[in-house]
Amino acid sequence: MKRLWMACLAVLVASGVWALWPSQPVAVPPTQGTASSPEQIELGRYLAVLGNCQHCHTARGQLPFSGGRAVPTPFGTVFSSNLTPSAQGLGGWSADDFYRALHHGQSRDGRWLYPAFPFNNTTHITRDDSDALFAYLQSLPPSDQARPAHQVQWPYNTQAALKVWRALYFTPGTPQVVNRSGDPATRADAEAQRGAYLVNGLGHCSACHAPRNALGGHADMLSLQGGLMPVLNWYAPSLHDPSEGGVQHWPLADTVALLQTGRNSQAVVTGPMAEVVQHSTQHWRSADLHAVASYLKALPETAGAARNRQVPTATEPASVTSASSAGARLYTRHCADCHGPQCEGQRTADGQLAYPALAGNRAVTLGRSANLIHLTMNGGYGPSTAGNPRPFGMPPYLLTLSDADMAAVLTHVRTAWGNRAEPVSELDVQRLRGAGTR
Amino acid sequence: MLVFSYLKSDYIKAQKSFFIFIFGSLTAFWMLPSVAAPAVADTMAQRVQACTACHGAQGQAGPDGYYPRIAGKPAGYLYNQLMHFRHGNRNYRLMTHMVEPLSPAYLHDMATHFANLSLPYPPPAPVSASPQALARGEQLALHGDKALRLPACAACHGKAFTGVLPFTPGLAGLPRDYLNSQLGAWQSGARRAAAPDCMADIARRLGPADVAAVSAWLASQPLPADARPMAALPEPTPLECGALKQPTAHAGGTP
Repeated sequence: MKRLWMACLAVLVASGVWALWPSQPVAVPPTQGTASSPEQIELGRYLAVLGNCQHCHTARGQLPFSGGRAVPTPFGTVFSSNLTPSAQGLGGWSADDFYRALHHGQSRDGRWLYPAFPFNNTTHITRDDSDALFAYLQSLPPSDQARPAHQVQWPYNTQAALKVWRALYFTPGTPQVVNRSGDPATRADAEAQRGAYLVNGLGHCSACHAPRNALGGHADMLSLQGGLMPVLNWYAPSLHDPSEGGVQHWPLADTVALLQTGRNSQAVVTGPMAEVVQHSTQHWRSADLHAVASYLKALPETAGAARNRQVPTATEPASVTSASSAGARLYTRHCADCHGPQCEGQRTADGQLAYPALAGNRAVTLGRSANLIHLTMNGGYGPSTAGNPRPFGMPPYLLTLSDADMAAVLTHVRTAWGNRAEPVSELDVQRLRGAGTR
Repeated sequence: MLVFSYLKSDYIKAQKSFFIFIFGSLTAFWMLPSVAAPAVADTMAQRVQACTACHGAQGQAGPDGYYPRIAGKPAGYLYNQLMHFRHGNRNYRLMTHMVEPLSPAYLHDMATHFANLSLPYPPPAPVSASPQALARGEQLALHGDKALRLPACAACHGKAFTGVLPFTPGLAGLPRDYLNSQLGAWQSGARRAAAPDCMADIARRLGPADVAAVSAWLASQPLPADARPMAALPEPTPLECGALKQPTAHAGGTP
């Protein structure tokens, strides 16, 4: 018995020592690169666009990449780092230090970084790309803006907690490109490799599209099975599920158009993904858009698809029926002018989509109603892009419709015209008031 | 087409018939590019419906006594404000959310659209304020207060408070709550303009009673029949104002 106690104590002490032992910077192979060239800086600029680095690393109205943007998490608020070449930024850093941060999620001084920085994705960035990104960042005008102190609660703000999190959820990338494409024939294909690299690495799609547990982790941090974005409460749909965000049955051109212009023949991009299109994908080269579109198309479909297609039994609860008739009246009054009397959407005379159809629209019938509620509550515009410079917009209804009315009209659009999704409750709406925008 | 018009005239009843309704929506879906007639108007008026939901029909001022009128305000002023929301110099969650995805060119088109509207305005809503407060408000608006180094509002915003081209907004026809909250935002620094930020300086010289007095008086002034901004001021502005020099330039990127 005594021996068992001693063993337990030893394990406890050992874990404590492991967790609390200060971490040294992980050794990384020195860069093979020489002094940066204009070509390398230009490559780095484009890589930063692919990764949408600037969006998180710039606070509103401040110098690009000067950091300080607040990133809300369930554990507190994390502020992004200044990446410009100043004393407050990456001024004293080397290309090796930068690669260590991308590849191991570790700062120059050995401090582990918060996983709000998606190092589970950046660890897959190649050394050459890392060096190019660093060369670009070093070429930027410096900003002396200091990063505000993180406001993360104990114990999540300790290095020990980050060490535990890493042990659970982080594996450094290998030179082998991660490829989950369902079609074995395409595995070796250079385009599929590029698609996999962009989706899992720089593009960090799984940072939003992976499910997250209470610790903000997931057994597979590169999963694209769909996840509720913490705090913002937007649901990033599963890219494996054609009834959510999967594009397995879309023509490639539709996926490319959505990423490049923010709209295609049937859909417009909204919510946090609209920000991604605005700041990143609309500026991607055509070959990269095709690579990503092909990769996403080849992702295996999962069985979750059935969830959103459930047909309710013939006898629906009376409350749903009465909500629906109130909902139908509200729809006619507030929505039909733009989305059409039969939810069929509207186009301009040139055939371009102005207002999407709501009938058969998976953003409407998604299992989780959060996105639909955000959209109705706050309205908004799709991104201005070269392909769609003056998008049509949706008015906010948070001042016009009560929680009950919004629930009724959304239940109506989710259950009418062939749509077969769960009703939206007043509580669902109430929970999301005041959330979902930044 | 028969099915389609049947649905259109009687769509609620159609819900009861499962088959017709599935068929109807499928028809609508398949035939969208050719059938979705009449096509939506490809105009700015159609595009800014998201704005007029709060700012009132055609931008005429909202129904709930907070949202400012935007129709007929100078385009330069409106554009600067849209850019200020994008860059955090003005802060209102819904507005930031609306303008954030849009390009400066599109925002400029929107500003021009509203600036070019010339609409009749309803008389102002009654304001509850003491006669003394209204007299003080009138004094500040028309003459200023030398002791407090406060110029008259009219000296910059025009003697009829309809604003001045290209960057000075009109003050008549604005809800009192909006005026109060803007003066408060100038005082706290939540609303900013290009340096030298004359309006922030002025707002900070106003005490709470003066803010209430001037907003009460301004909010009770009707817009004249010709609500267009003046082409130019008769005299130079009493203070130097960065906001009046050029369209606001922002060094920063849009996050």
